[in-house]
Parts: sequence; C-alpha cells; structure tokens
Amino acid sequence: MHPMSRRTLFAAALAAGTCVAGIAQAQTEIQFWHAMGGQLGEAVNRLADGFNKGQKDYKLVPIYKGSYTETLTAAIAAFRAKQAPHLVQVFEVGTANMMAAKGAVYPVHQLMADFKQPFDIKAYVAPVAGYYSTADGKLLSMPFNSSTSVFYWNKDMFKKAGLDPEKPPKTWPEVGEYGKKLVASGAKCGFTTQWQTWIQIENFGAWHNIPFATKQNGFAGTDIQLLINDPVRVKHIETLASWQKGNVFVYGGREGKSTPMFTSGDCGMFMGSAGTAGTIEASMISKGVPVGTGFLPYWPDVKGAPQNSIIGGATIWVMQGRPKADYKGVGQFFGYLSDPAVQAQWHMETGYVPITYAAYEVAKSRGFYQAKPGRDVAIKQLTLNEPTPNSKGLRIGNFVQIRDVMDEELEAVWAGKKTAKQALDSAVERGNKLLADFARANK
Amino acid sequence: MQKRVTFDNRLLPYLLVTPQLIITIVFFIWPAGQALFQSLLREDAFGTSSEFVWFENFVRVIEDESYLNSFRVTAIFSISVTVLSLAIALVLAVMADRIVRGGTTYRTLLIWPYAVAPAVAGALWGFLFNPRIGVLAYGIESIGVNWNYFLNGDQAMLLVVFASAWSRIGYNFVFFLAGLQAIPRSLIEAAAIDGAGPARRFWTVIFPLLSPTGFFLMVVNIVFAFFETFGVIHAVTQGGPSKATEILVYKVWSDSFRGLDLGGSAAQSVILMAIVVGLTVVQFRYIERRVHY
Repeated sequence: MHPMSRRTLFAAALAAGTCVAGIAQAQTEIQFWHAMGGQLGEAVNRLADGFNKGQKDYKLVPIYKGSYTETLTAAIAAFRAKQAPHLVQVFEVGTANMMAAKGAVYPVHQLMADFKQPFDIKAYVAPVAGYYSTADGKLLSMPFNSSTSVFYWNKDMFKKAGLDPEKPPKTWPEVGEYGKKLVASGAKCGFTTQWQTWIQIENFGAWHNIPFATKQNGFAGTDIQLLINDPVRVKHIETLASWQKGNVFVYGGREGKSTPMFTSGDCGMFMGSAGTAGTIEASMISKGVPVGTGFLPYWPDVKGAPQNSIIGGATIWVMQGRPKADYKGVGQFFGYLSDPAVQAQWHMETGYVPITYAAYEVAKSRGFYQAKPGRDVAIKQLTLNEPTPNSKGLRIGNFVQIRDVMDEELEAVWAGKKTAKQALDSAVERGNKLLADFARANK
Repeated sequence: MQKRVTFDNRLLPYLLVTPQLIITIVFFIWPAGQALFQSLLREDAFGTSSEFVWFENFVRVIEDESYLNSFRVTAIFSISVTVLSLAIALVLAVMADRIVRGGTTYRTLLIWPYAVAPAVAGALWGFLFNPRIGVLAYGIESIGVNWNYFLNGDQAMLLVVFASAWSRIGYNFVFFLAGLQAIPRSLIEAAAIDGAGPARRFWTVIFPLLSPTGFFLMVVNIVFAFFETFGVIHAVTQGGPSKATEILVYKVWSDSFRGLDLGGSAAQSVILMAIVVGLTVVQFRYIERRVHY
C-alpha cells in the first residue's frame, strides 16, 4: 500500500473513532427492536424522531427486526449473548413467557418508580393495561400498539341483498340470516373471519363473559387448564361449521389471510382486527365502496353478553442487562409515549386504539371520528363494560403453540373431519399438555 | 512404487489442514455439541432457569403424536420429491440429449429453475395455486375440483412436493445430461447394429451406465428433500393444514423459534442428525453395491 494512502486511512479511522465517541458521550443510545414494517415502521421512526428532538440526553434508535416471532427470537438470542436491546416489542401472546423470564425483564411499574417518573395506571385504557398487568394491577410492559376485533360490512352488498345498509346484524342468529340473504343475492360468501382463534375463541369468550382458562385466565397462576370446550363455544363453532353449507360462512385461512375475501367483494361481512381499517380504507372506501364498522355479534341467549372485547397487538418490554443510567432514558421515553398528543397522533396514523383515555379525548376533540367514522368502534367495544376476570385478558404460557393447536383443530372442523365438540375437547387436551410443560419449566 | 507427497517440515502439514479443521470445529462440531448438550436440558427461552433432565426431552419427543406424524409426512414428502424430480429430469435429459438443432437453448432453459431459490419457488407456486387469486387454481376449479390447499392436507402436500421437485429438476438435469454425454457412442451404436430399438437401448445400455450418476443424485436429492425444502414449506403452507406438511426440519424450527421449546427442539435435531447419518450409511453400504461403475 502507498504510504500516503495508509496515513490518510489512519487519519480517517481516527476521525471516525472520535466522532462516534463524541456522540456517545453526549447522548446515550437506547436500542428499540420492533416488528413494525412498512408504513407502521415509518410511524415508529416519526415517534423516535419526536422523542429525540424533544430532549438532548438520549437517542432512541428503532430497529426493525422482522415479524413478531423474529423480533422476539432475536431479542432472546441477544439476551443470551448478553447483548440485549433496552426495549423490545413483543406480541400479546408472548406475555406469559416474558413474565416468566424473571431476571431478563425490568417491569415497567418498577422502572417508573425507580426513576420517579410520573405514572398512573388509571390513565391507561383498562382492558389495554389490564392485559399486561399482574393480578394485583401492576403494569409489566408498556402498551404500544393495541387493536381488537370488530365487525365490518359492505354496504353496497347489503343494499343488493335488500338489507338496510346502515343496520349491521347485532346477534349471531342475525349474522346467519343476513348471510343467507347475501348469498341469495349473488354474493360468493356471507361472512368470513380473520385470526379465527383470537376472534372466535378468545375474544368470543370475553365478549360472552365466559372463561378461557382456569385461575382467571391464567392471571392468578401458571398451573392452569383450558376451558374452551364449554357448551357456548361448542355451539358457536358447530353453528359456523353448519353455515359452511351454502357458503354463509367461508373459512379463508389463518391469521390475516382471509382479508382479500372481504376487500375483493366476495364476502359481505367480515370479522377482523381494528388494525385492518387502514387496508379496508385503501382498497374499498377510497374506491367508492362504503364499509361500515360495528360491534362483534353475540349470542342473545348467553347471560352477560356483550361484555367487552379483548386486545391484540404488542407491548414494549424493557430488558435487563444495560447500564443502570440508561433506564432513566427509557422512563422518559415511556412518559413521551403516553403523552396525549403523541398517543393520539399514533392512534390516528396507524388505526391502533389509543392507550390512554386522554389520547382518546384528544382524537375526539380534533374531529377524527367524524372524518373517519367507525374508527372509535374498537375503543368503545373494549371499554363497553368494566372488565371481569373473564374479559380482562389472557395470560397463557406457550400461547403461540396453543394457538397453533386451536388453529389445527378448528381447521379439522371446517374440513368436516371432526365435530366441534371433538375438536375443542382435543384442543383442551393438547393445550393442557403444553400448559403443564410451561408450568414445570417456570416454577 | 507409490507416489507420495512428503513434507520436510513436520509442522507444515498440520498448518495446512488447520483452516479446514477450524471450519469443521466452529461450524459443525461445536454447534452439534451444543445441540447435544441442549437436548439434555429443560430451560426457559431466556436461559434464566435451567434443569438437567437426562433423556426426558427425547422421551417426550418420541411419545408426541405430532412427531410421529412428522416422520410419516417426511417419508412421503422426501420419497415423492426424489422420485418425481429424478424421473422428470431423466426424461428431459434423454430428450435434450437427442435434439440436434437448438440443443443448447433447450438445455439452458431447463437449467434455469435451479437458479430460483426454494423459498422463491414456494412463493411462486403458492401464488399460482392460491385458491382465491391463483391463475392455475382457477383452471383446476374449472374442471370441477374443489381446490383449497389451505384446508385440504393432501392438496397441500401435492403442491409442496411439486414445487420442491420443480426447483430441483434443473440440478438433476445437468448431471443426467453430463452422464449421458459421457456414454461412449460406440456402445449405443453397437447395440443399434445388433437390432436393439431405442427403448431397449435405453434400458440395457444407457440406464446401467447412468446408474452412478443416478445414485449420487438420489443421495443428494434425499438430503435436499430433508433440509433445503424448508423454504418451500415455510413460504407455502407453514407446515399446515393440521400439520399435513410439517416435515421434521420444519418442526425443529417451529418448536424452537415459534414455540421457544429449546430442549425438545434440540432433541429433535439430534434425532434428525442420527437419521441422516443412518441414511447415508445405508445408501453407501447397500445400495452402492448394486450400482455399476
């Protein structure tokens, strides 16, 4: 190598080194690993920018790590290598596993107390905060993006079927009746559902105030058992299966795979995440297809229904293992995130529900719900009643696998291989094994 | 006298093999050892509590009904993919070998699918056969078949088998073609003069001479079907519906990365390692003997 170029290189390296050191001294970086791709990722970056511009001591660095599962796996691997990020976004089904990882996570209520950050759990929407709290109401992770499942209907298709486009079905028998009319008017399918386990089993339970698992759905202990083969759920799944005849109900795959069946105009009714509102707006409403948003249907013969629905989505967990002083910045970031204006902006940009009551008021005062009708259905449904132990949330170990089990058993019903009772009994039996494993590994 | 390379310096040979040794130790022995150790532990994902349980993970895995199912699925899947991709590649190679005009073009085109990564191949096939938006699914529906691989396990299996075999045909084709071209023309001509027709020439002359290539490809293809098809499965079915396409390697991944059950997953990896070692031994010891070289 030419001596000159070597010297230049050295100088450049030195300059780069001092430069990095300079930033590090002035600002402490806070790593935030998240799973928000595309437009949602940009919204996260805007949040980080806002926080970084508002103060000088800390720099929040959001890093997109892929899907929820990939993000969680990356954080676990990093923790085992003692390189954990400060913050990681974990989906709601990972809650029990995160909670059990004592020594790996820093509970939010404790962090806020340690650094004397102003914090009042009552400011947070109850079913959101409740899902991520201990049985005695202490917040473990910071609510971030929360949704719930709602009911959508295609008003044009309602008109064509001779139904009142402003009157969605309120109960399940009505859904069946409307579905038949839709199909009779030429629709390919009456209704379909996203995330069948989350909506038709988990939310279904909360909405009808029936338990999902023993010990307050797992909030009061890990040695629990599933209770999903109860008569109400069996009847519900049985009814859906019978509606497959004549295409009143059509199954469209796991997770969000069925969404195109509604947006393409195949199905007239749809149960899906409130977070799908953006997609529906882009592919239907903005193209002149009017869509209504309403509450989930319920069975009128079940006492206590409708109760309130439960959330889905993710929270931010704080990981242990970073210098103590860094966590002060984490506390400040949480304060910023809970600020009504910031939170309202996030809610309006993304379609996720506001996590504080104050943010909901801000969105109302800005006329958001007049401009975008239906965007307040999710929060109204979540807060319909004071949550009961059945509708506070779910704290289930090995939940990802248990959801897989439920998905498989439901698919066996849709394929006509099992009756609803057989499938749900088998889901309970298989799920209980996974729960027993979890209880043993996390004594 | 035997020709031998000798080194004056006694250390030099060791030095020369060191890079290879380091690679083997770092990328094979070490992770395999870790898997072995992990398979004897029961711990939470973060590794904050850990318990040594001897062979309990193995017992749990073997008693698990879904693991036995995964075995069955893997057997059906691997055999189907291997047979299908070898058979189609062989037919294509024999045909391409005969073509006089434009042969290079055909050959090049037939090799192309190999450049498509399995995950991409899976995504393409999944898209073409998507029951709602797939072009080919529409064609299947129009002949009266109720096509929905999201619900029908047999259809899902058929789809991943075809997608995997398709992505492998190019590779097999190259080897078969090279094998065919290495067969001396004089043998085939002699057979032709003796009155053997094309079919007879193929079965009595070409096929036996091609068997070393065929054997090599079979080993490589089975290993491919066991491991590299992960991308196809992940892109098309994620092992579903109801675990109908959950092959062993997919279950290992899904149990550890989705389910966070590291011990059980490590136990499965160890079993999988043993299976592949066993398969290779059987293939080389017993099947190879029947192959003409």
